[in-house]
Amino acid sequence: MLEKVVIANRGEIALRILRACKELGIKTVAVHSSVDRNLMHVRFADESVCIGPAPSPKSYLNIPAIISAAEVTDAVAIHPGYGFLAENADFAEQVEKSGFVFIGPTPDVIRLMGDKVSAIAAMKKAGVPTVPGSDGPITDDQTHTIKVARKIGYPVIIKAAAGGGGRGMRVVHSEAALLNAVYVTQAEAKAAFGDDTVYIEKFLENPRHVEIQVLADGQGHAVALGDRDCSLQRRHQKVLEEAPAPGIPDKARAAVAKACVDACVSIGYRGAGTFEFLYENERFYFIEMNTRVQVEHPVTEMVTGIDIIKEQLRIASGEKLAFKQSDIQISGHAFECRINAEDPKTFVPCPGKVTHFHAPGGPGVRVDSHLYSGYTVPPNYDSMIAKIITYGDTREQALNRMRQALDELVVEGIRTNQDMQRDLVRDAGFRKGGVNIHYLEKKLKS
Amino acid sequence: MDIRKVKKLIELLQESNIDEIEIKEGEESVRISRNRASSQPQYFSAPPAMPTAPAPVVAAPVAAPASTENKAAAMNGHVVKSPMVGTFYRSPSPSSPPFVEVGKHVKVGDVICIVEAMKMLNQIEADKAGIVEAILVEDGQPVEFDQPLITIV
Repeated sequence: MLEKVVIANRGEIALRILRACKELGIKTVAVHSSVDRNLMHVRFADESVCIGPAPSPKSYLNIPAIISAAEVTDAVAIHPGYGFLAENADFAEQVEKSGFVFIGPTPDVIRLMGDKVSAIAAMKKAGVPTVPGSDGPITDDQTHTIKVARKIGYPVIIKAAAGGGGRGMRVVHSEAALLNAVYVTQAEAKAAFGDDTVYIEKFLENPRHVEIQVLADGQGHAVALGDRDCSLQRRHQKVLEEAPAPGIPDKARAAVAKACVDACVSIGYRGAGTFEFLYENERFYFIEMNTRVQVEHPVTEMVTGIDIIKEQLRIASGEKLAFKQSDIQISGHAFECRINAEDPKTFVPCPGKVTHFHAPGGPGVRVDSHLYSGYTVPPNYDSMIAKIITYGDTREQALNRMRQALDELVVEGIRTNQDMQRDLVRDAGFRKGGVNIHYLEKKLKS
Repeated sequence: MDIRKVKKLIELLQESNIDEIEIKEGEESVRISRNRASSQPQYFSAPPAMPTAPAPVVAAPVAAPASTENKAAAMNGHVVKSPMVGTFYRSPSPSSPPFVEVGKHVKVGDVICIVEAMKMLNQIEADKAGIVEAILVEDGQPVEFDQPLITIV
């Protein structure tokens, strides 16, 4: 087992990692920026090192500072959490070159899955279903472009290869509009990303976002830990997640999970990872893979009983997976609500001092948060301050527990999205289950 | 801080359900905790004032690392802080004499110490002219960002 781990992150995930390390008897080093001295996990860590001033580029994104901190504390491994450097292949490489264990996949695999075009190609090769598309960039051959779009079937979406997060995309509903749309998207891509390469995909009008959690030990064994539905999103940011995804035929679920496990083995994946799909009309379409632990991992933990962070640490220690696919049982249902320090109407981040924090409790309620009364949320980082997670034997019970938990939660002194979450768990459409990725934004507009 | 005051605080803690009391008076502060395994980070974060009351109820804070001795050193002068994480060295090489000693005159731009990180030796320069008043870190000791290294008056 790893002896000492540097936790290269902050907030709730740093606390989560610290808790897992404590359970496994791993010594912890909390690296933090100068404004994060009072983070909960910093106070609990065995050692702490201030690595830079508040701005992320000088602290949590500061590769030499983090590796240097690992050196001076004689740490053995570095856990990158999520965000920041978690999917930075260069960071992973430098960590390994400096003689430390990077808790995650190898740099090559991070690179492979970080490039959207190569990731899709690798998944196709591995038998994972992808969105029907041009399978490569669009060329100057207009006849070919029209042929490709016809084959895919309208509506189609033109995407910039160097884009992402909703940028550099344009939907086309008919052939008449196709070529112009391609030119405009190319010009925009050139201006925004410096690269006018575009490709075409089928546009799914009302998909759900369903993802598969995997664990692989890098020694030839991989398992899928079931799926999650993360369709409630605002501007591509997830707001409320659940496991398992409701209303999906078992056969389709099992087939896509198996494809992901096979893909893991074929690309030599190591650690925790998530395959993200769009799901429509009982079909899965791969969009991207996240080569790290995700924010919403707790809902999978609740329905499988598996501690994903501890498994990451065990895998990084060189252990083989202690369970087979047949050992994985999904039971019950779980939800997670993200609580953000933001204005409930404008969604503008609202940092400040939390004068009073009270966490909900009771059976089936879990709170992952670094908040405490008197803690000041700094303005320099993302606004998520807590995750309220509930579990139940049924979806309805888990949702009702969430309703009660959100009513019990107290965060005073700053504005949060708590009321929006309380609203969502009472929403008839959401309670029914299976809403698509446009549902939340439509609801907020009305 | 008056020892009688501290004794009173301990009694207060013992009689109540409170787990921890921290009192600040000007520059002095005292924190008394109830029987918890120590959660004080060691090594780098030196509390500005040491808890002054030993008592059966108090959980012993982690043994003071070398750096806390230095807090007793005078901090009157201009403080040169470490711009990075690394290891502090007083000399350019193990066999050379230190860059500065207490009492030495320095000009702006004079190298006063090295902080080494990832095999690179970063020379730290005096950003104020004057006399070296105190050297707060021991040779070969790890330092963190913003940690006070040397004071100049």
